[in-house]
Amino acid sequence: MLVFIIRRLNLFFFTMLLLTLLTFSLSFLFPGDPLVNLSGQINATPQQLEQLKLAYRSEQDLIQQYFAYLSHLAEGDLGLSMASQTQITSEIINLLPATIELSLIALLLAMFVGIPLGFIAAVNHRKTADNIILSIAMLGYSVPVFWLGLVAILVFSIQLGWFPSAGQLSLVYEIEHVTGIQFIDILLSDSVYKWQAFRDASAHIVLPACVVATAPATIFIRLARSSMLAVLETHYIKAARAKGLTFRQIIFRHAVRNALLQIIRHIGLQFANLVTIAMITEVIFSWPGIGRWLIESIYQRDYTGIQSGLLVLSTFIFIVHILTDFIYAALNPLAREHNHGTS
Amino acid sequence: MMKSKLSRSFSQMKQFNLLGLLLLLLSGCYGEDKGSLSANSVIYCAEGSPESFNPQTVTSGTTIDAISYQLYDRLISFQTKDNEIGPSLAKSWHVTRDGKMITFYLRKDVSFHQTDYFTPTRSLNADDVLFSFNRLLDPGHNFHFVSGGKYPFFQSVGFSSLVDDIEKINDYTVRFKLSRADSSFLANLATDFAVILSAEYAGQLAAEDNHQKIDLLPVGTGPYKFKEYRVGSLIRYYRHENYWRDQVAIEQLVYDITPSKTGRLTKLLANECDVIAYPVAHEKITEHANLTLEAVTSFNVSYLGFNTQKPPFDNKLVRQAIAYAINKQAIIDAIYFGHAEVAKSLLPASSWAHDRSIAGHGFSISKAKALLAQAGYPDGLTMDIWALPVQRAYNPNALTTAKLIQADLQQIGVTVNIVSNYEWSTFSRLLARGEHQAVLLGWSADHPDPDNFFTPILSCASMNTGNNRAFWCDPTFDNFLYQSLQTTNTRERKKHYAQALRILSEEVPLLPIAHSRRYQARHKNVQGELLHPFGGIDFSGVSKN
Repeated sequence: MLVFIIRRLNLFFFTMLLLTLLTFSLSFLFPGDPLVNLSGQINATPQQLEQLKLAYRSEQDLIQQYFAYLSHLAEGDLGLSMASQTQITSEIINLLPATIELSLIALLLAMFVGIPLGFIAAVNHRKTADNIILSIAMLGYSVPVFWLGLVAILVFSIQLGWFPSAGQLSLVYEIEHVTGIQFIDILLSDSVYKWQAFRDASAHIVLPACVVATAPATIFIRLARSSMLAVLETHYIKAARAKGLTFRQIIFRHAVRNALLQIIRHIGLQFANLVTIAMITEVIFSWPGIGRWLIESIYQRDYTGIQSGLLVLSTFIFIVHILTDFIYAALNPLAREHNHGTS
Repeated sequence: MMKSKLSRSFSQMKQFNLLGLLLLLLSGCYGEDKGSLSANSVIYCAEGSPESFNPQTVTSGTTIDAISYQLYDRLISFQTKDNEIGPSLAKSWHVTRDGKMITFYLRKDVSFHQTDYFTPTRSLNADDVLFSFNRLLDPGHNFHFVSGGKYPFFQSVGFSSLVDDIEKINDYTVRFKLSRADSSFLANLATDFAVILSAEYAGQLAAEDNHQKIDLLPVGTGPYKFKEYRVGSLIRYYRHENYWRDQVAIEQLVYDITPSKTGRLTKLLANECDVIAYPVAHEKITEHANLTLEAVTSFNVSYLGFNTQKPPFDNKLVRQAIAYAINKQAIIDAIYFGHAEVAKSLLPASSWAHDRSIAGHGFSISKAKALLAQAGYPDGLTMDIWALPVQRAYNPNALTTAKLIQADLQQIGVTVNIVSNYEWSTFSRLLARGEHQAVLLGWSADHPDPDNFFTPILSCASMNTGNNRAFWCDPTFDNFLYQSLQTTNTRERKKHYAQALRILSEEVPLLPIAHSRRYQARHKNVQGELLHPFGGIDFSGVSKN
């Protein structure tokens, strides 16, 4: 296990190196002064500029500059947002939890809907149920998320009036920002309207979470189906069947657990996809998350914001990857013994 | 066997839980029971963020809508019925016969907001009035330069040259001494801008050396008190429990800042906003059973202003030619969907100073061509039009207006470049510096006195503050305005204004295009007057059932 962890951390280190190199070089590739792009100080006085030059060592060679950039990152200093002139670190700390909340709930939703459906399809291989589920999966996978979001608003918010169309929580509830994850903040708050707020927050997350979950859910359907089919072909299932176990026993006691193992590996991969979809969904549903912020930064030509947002989101996704790898390895001893980090 | 049963019951339990969760989620949208917070709160979807929390320092309609009537009161105010001036913080007032001394007698039962950052120890008295006006009159005042020392409305009406002195007679009596009689003085004191701040709060801030907070964390006497402001996202107000007028019916007032028009409409239809500003899709709203659409004919005008300091618009003939070449009716049909009237002069027809004999510039390509040739541009010219980047009641879509004008002017050989890539604060800063050639803008009156249409936007004084976007200064014109303010005789004032309007019609420093109506949509359960023909919206009388 130790070797495995070291291998993964090694991979993490080199990926981060490449990622920071990329974001660092972005400040030269974006129009304007690299120093301004890095620090985000657009209205700096001459004295401030001098200080910035010292801090970012911009008079020295590129390698020195890169290390200066890294030391700023290590201190948690991502510069100022060019658009709002506030610390990007604090903006990201404010916004990232909302994205995590949406993505996690969507991921859970996708798993709870997608995996059982996939298993049902596999068990009913080549029958009507399988065909129906597969066609739904195909349809869900092909629908563009932008369109789906707008249709969801049109139908469920405007026509039926069931769910709100924008934001995380109705503005009438005043909930203090503690963790940034709305549900936890509501439970922590001492407002007398706590439970009303909780219900309201639940109603707010339904549409965006369903929209984000659609594409990953269809992928989980197909993954679960193929992985279950593969498991059902294995010798130990045949042995179990020969032993005289009922079909139900075979499925629940042997097949499901082994099929799940294969799927867990893919959850990490799906997470990157999910976050991308969440970014677009955040724009449609005015969800106050990092994705919407990043897209707005692009509109406002906030280069410092783009650079730092990219870095933080990629790091976040990468950490999730490594974590799911660890979980997979912990569950499946075979994975730890492989010699290649990427197997 | 045991295990299989267990797993079955487990999967059933999971199903049950999921169902329960779903029910819980669904019930969230029907949570409108009595006593719930949303039943006592009103959410207003506003079109933009306020620039400041002190009306003295701004002129923008968006800011005034957000802060002026919610947080503050004035000495005197316009009565909603007939636009007569009536008592407010001053229960009565007295004007001397020469019109130069005005004495206000204050109410004794007016309390200031108690907020997280300030606890008042006394109620309103003369010191607060003195502080509020001395701040903007006296450059030596310790709060004068706190937010840049700009008081655009007061500077544009020449307030500091008009008021010689403000005197405290006793704790509840204040006397204004004027350098000359001015018939619009009382009307100016009743506008959205002439609010009364707390001198005690200012004293506390000065002691903490936190002067700038006075315009960011407001304390007033109005129906709502400030709770929080998240830039670009929301403003939260709570009811002022000790409000001196009738008790306010709603507990919480939230401004949801939603710049997109379709976003506001969606929020209205999805029940997330109770009231929205500047709605689109009027028919969709009127056919909805729970929604109503309201309109008032506003005291406003949208215009195409020419920078008269820059060629080619320093030439009167060019301005006249452009005025003839624009088809105003087409603009009204396309931009206002007919919900506006063609502007013949600067004043809307509902103003008492409106003069029917001034017909304005009709639509005539041949006249325009002739004038342009006479001005020395027989082959036409190229010009920039700056289009207002936000929606306003007077012009809901300046960019499309600019495109229509572009097409109109093509016919007389004038090529128009549309400048529309600035956001509002940059846009108005560049305008004040006179960097434009021509600009599509407008004006919403702050009070019903006709002077408000002339002095703030076309006088020589307003040229110096940059509010006169035409940078046009005509002493004869200014003299007519001045003479009209010298008398309270309406018939005589009307004569002077007619003269002034004739000069405008001849000189065309700006071309009036339309007088629009202002619209607002709301859920039917929100009751009470909100919109006025002029000035900002007022939530003090609003209730929800």
